[in-house]
Amino acid sequence: MNIKITGGRIIDPATGLDEITDLYIRDGEIFAIGEPSHALHYDEVIDVTGKVVAPGFIDLCAHLREPGETHKGSIASETAAAAAGGITTLVTPPTTRPIVDTPAVAELIQDRAADAGFSRVMPMGALTQGLQGEQLAPLHALTGSGCIAFTNARLPVKNTLSLLRCLEYAATFDLLVVFQAQDDSLTHTGCMHEGANATRMGLSGIPEAAETIEVSRCLLLVEQTGVRAHFGQLSCERSVQLVHAAQQRGLQVTADVAAHQLILSDEQVNEFDSSLHLHPPLRSALDRAGLIQGILSGAVTAICSDHQPQDLISKQAPFAETAPGLSGLETLLPLCLSLVERKLIELPHLIEKLTVAPANILGLESGTLQEGKPADICIFDPNAEWVVSDESIRSAGKNTPLKGKLLKGRVTTTLLGGRIVYRSS
Amino acid sequence: MTLPNLNHYDSIQLTPEGQLKHFLTIEGLHEALLNEILDTAESFVDMSAQQVKKVPLLRGKTVANLFFEASTRTLSTFELAAKRLSADVLNLNISTSSTSKGETLKDTLMTLRAMHCDMFVVRHSASGAAHFIAEHVTPDVAVINAGDGRHAHPTQAMLDMLTIRQHKGDFSKLKVAIVGDILHSRVARSQIHALRILGAEEIRVIAPQTLLPRHIEAMGVKVFNEMSRGLRDVDVVIMLRLQKERMQTALLPSESEFYKLFGLTEAKLAYAKPDAIIMHPGPINRGVEIESSVADGPRSVILQQVTNGIAVRMAVMSMAMSGQLKQHQLRSEAAGA
Repeated sequence: MNIKITGGRIIDPATGLDEITDLYIRDGEIFAIGEPSHALHYDEVIDVTGKVVAPGFIDLCAHLREPGETHKGSIASETAAAAAGGITTLVTPPTTRPIVDTPAVAELIQDRAADAGFSRVMPMGALTQGLQGEQLAPLHALTGSGCIAFTNARLPVKNTLSLLRCLEYAATFDLLVVFQAQDDSLTHTGCMHEGANATRMGLSGIPEAAETIEVSRCLLLVEQTGVRAHFGQLSCERSVQLVHAAQQRGLQVTADVAAHQLILSDEQVNEFDSSLHLHPPLRSALDRAGLIQGILSGAVTAICSDHQPQDLISKQAPFAETAPGLSGLETLLPLCLSLVERKLIELPHLIEKLTVAPANILGLESGTLQEGKPADICIFDPNAEWVVSDESIRSAGKNTPLKGKLLKGRVTTTLLGGRIVYRSS
Repeated sequence: MTLPNLNHYDSIQLTPEGQLKHFLTIEGLHEALLNEILDTAESFVDMSAQQVKKVPLLRGKTVANLFFEASTRTLSTFELAAKRLSADVLNLNISTSSTSKGETLKDTLMTLRAMHCDMFVVRHSASGAAHFIAEHVTPDVAVINAGDGRHAHPTQAMLDMLTIRQHKGDFSKLKVAIVGDILHSRVARSQIHALRILGAEEIRVIAPQTLLPRHIEAMGVKVFNEMSRGLRDVDVVIMLRLQKERMQTALLPSESEFYKLFGLTEAKLAYAKPDAIIMHPGPINRGVEIESSVADGPRSVILQQVTNGIAVRMAVMSMAMSGQLKQHQLRSEAAGA
C-alpha cells in the first residue's frame, strides 16, 4: 500500500529535517521526502496541512498489565491507547505475572502485541529470577526471545555482590541494564514526596535519598563493570546531577524522565487525590525544574510515559492504600507540548527526546523518517484542544490526574509499518 | 494547560453558605467558624453540669461510630455526645470484622449507606480516610473525623482550644509548645492549624529530629530540639503520647533517655511561665512523657480536656447535622421549583 502524506511540517530530528513538504510511503517503508525519484500510484493521500509529521514515538516505560492483571489493561487495549498517543514502539517492564524471566513469557507478550497490531512491544527481561534479587535470570536466552533490556524494576537487588555479578554478566554480552532506582528501606511505606505537603497531610514521605542513594550505588558499579546502563523515570534533580557527572566522566549511561514529572509537582498533591499517588512520587517544584534542566543539558536523554493503568477499585481507597501510577500513554504528547508552549524547549528538540533518542538508547535503527526505514509515523495537530475524560482516552486505565483538564495537542493519525493504526474521528 | 486546583478543603466540608456539613480537618476553616464551635461547646459544658443532660438536637437521627482503629476514650466521648444530643447510636468496631475478611473500605461504606445512618464518626489508620468517606457517602450523611492516620484529629484539637480558652482567654498573646512525637501525631497537626487560625502568638514543637516530620516549619511552627529553650516563657505545654512501639525502630534509643531529655518533669516545667497549663490528649504514659506529679498537679488540665471533649463533640455534631439539613432543604426546594 502506498500513501502520500502531504502539506505537513515534517520533523525528523535524526537528520535535522524540519520543513513543510510531502512524505511518501511504499510497501510499509519511507519511500521519499520532498519529491520522489519516480512517480508512484497512491492508494491514499492524506492532507495534513497545519499538522506535524514526526517519527512514531518510542516509549521507554509502559506497563501493559498482561499477562496477570488483565482487569487493569491488556496488551490489545494498551497498545491501542499507545497508537492513539502516537507511540509506535514501547518498552514494557518485566513486572507482569508471571514475571518476564523465561523466554516463554517474553514471547507471549510479543505474540499478543503482534496479534493486536497497534504498536511494537519490546519486553524488558527480569535481571534476576522472579525479580528476587538473588539469582541471575537467563539474560542470554531472554535476549534471544526479544528482550531489549534488563531490569529488576523497582525491586532493588539489595545484595551488592549479586548486583555486581548481574552487571558483569550483562556486560559480557553488551546488554542494556535499566535501573528504576529506589532504595527499599528509605521508600518503606512512603506514598508521596517527603515535603511540606506530605507533612501537612500526615502521609509518609519518600525522601530524595531513596532515589539518589540507589542511583549512586548503581553508578559506581556501572563504572566498575562498564555495562551499558540506563536510568528510568528519574524524579529528583540530584539524580540528574549524578547521572550528568557520570556522563561527563565518560560512562555509557543515559536517563529518562516521565512526562508528568516535568509538569506536575508535589504541590499539586492535595486533598488525598489518589490519581496523584504515583511511584516514583511527584517531587518538589525545584526537582521539576532540575529535570527540565536535565532535558535541556542532554543529561536526561529521553521522555517516557511511565504508563501505569489501574482499574477503578485500585484507586478507590484512602490515598496510601491505593495503587500508585497514572495512565499516561495518551497524555504524553500534550504534556510534552506544554513545555514547547511555555518556550522551555524547541519542538524538534522535544521530538528528538521521544523518537531518535530513545531509539539510540535501545540500539534501534528506528525513530527516524529516513528512506528505507519502516514507516512508523505520528501525525499530530499541535493546536488541537481536547478534554481528558473516561471517554476520550482509550486506555483501560482511566486513572489520570488530568481528568477534566483541557490539553493542547492531539495525535490525528498513527502509522505502523505504513499501516494506519490510529486515526482520530 | 491548567494544573489541578490547590486547596478545596472548603468545598468538601462546608456548605456554599459556609456552614459546616462535615468536620474533617481544621485546615482552611475560618476563625469565626472555630469560635462558633467553641461558643457552642461552651453552652454544652454548662448543660453537662445540670441534672438533665440531654437536648433533642439529634432526635430521630442515627449516628454510626465507625472505628477502624481501636479506641476507648474517643469512642466513648463520641457515644456520650451523640446520646446527649438524643441520637440513636450504633458503634461499629470494624477493625475486627469486615476488613479482616478482605472487604474494601468502599464496600463497607456501601453496606453502611444502605442502613440509612445520618452521621458517620470515623476513625481510621490511613491519612485521608475521612475525606475518602466524605466523598463517597450519600449527600445527606455528615462525616466527623475522629482521627485519620497522621493527618488530623480535629475534635481533639478543638477540645484543646476550648480548654486553653477557658484558662487563658485571648489566643493572641499565647506561646504554646507541643512536645514529643510530632511525626506520628494527627493531634499535633490539628492543634497547629487551630492555634494558627485562632491567632496564637507563637507555636513551638519540641522533639528530637527523629520525631519531627520534614518541613514541619512550613506549617508555621518554631522547631526546638531541647526542652530548656523550647519551654522558655510558654503559656501552654501540650505533651503528646509516645507510643511504646517507637522504641523498636531507630527513632529512639530507650524510654528512659526520652524521658530524661523530653519528659515533662517539675524541673523542666520551671522554664515555662509560672501560670502555664499542662495538657495531654491521653492516655498518658507516666514516667515516659510526663512525671506523675506534673500530670496530677495543680497546673494540669488533663481531666478538664476530657470533659470538654464531650461538649466539643456535641457542638460539632449538631452543627454538621444542621448544615446537612439546611443543604437538604435547599436541594428539595430546588427540586420542587
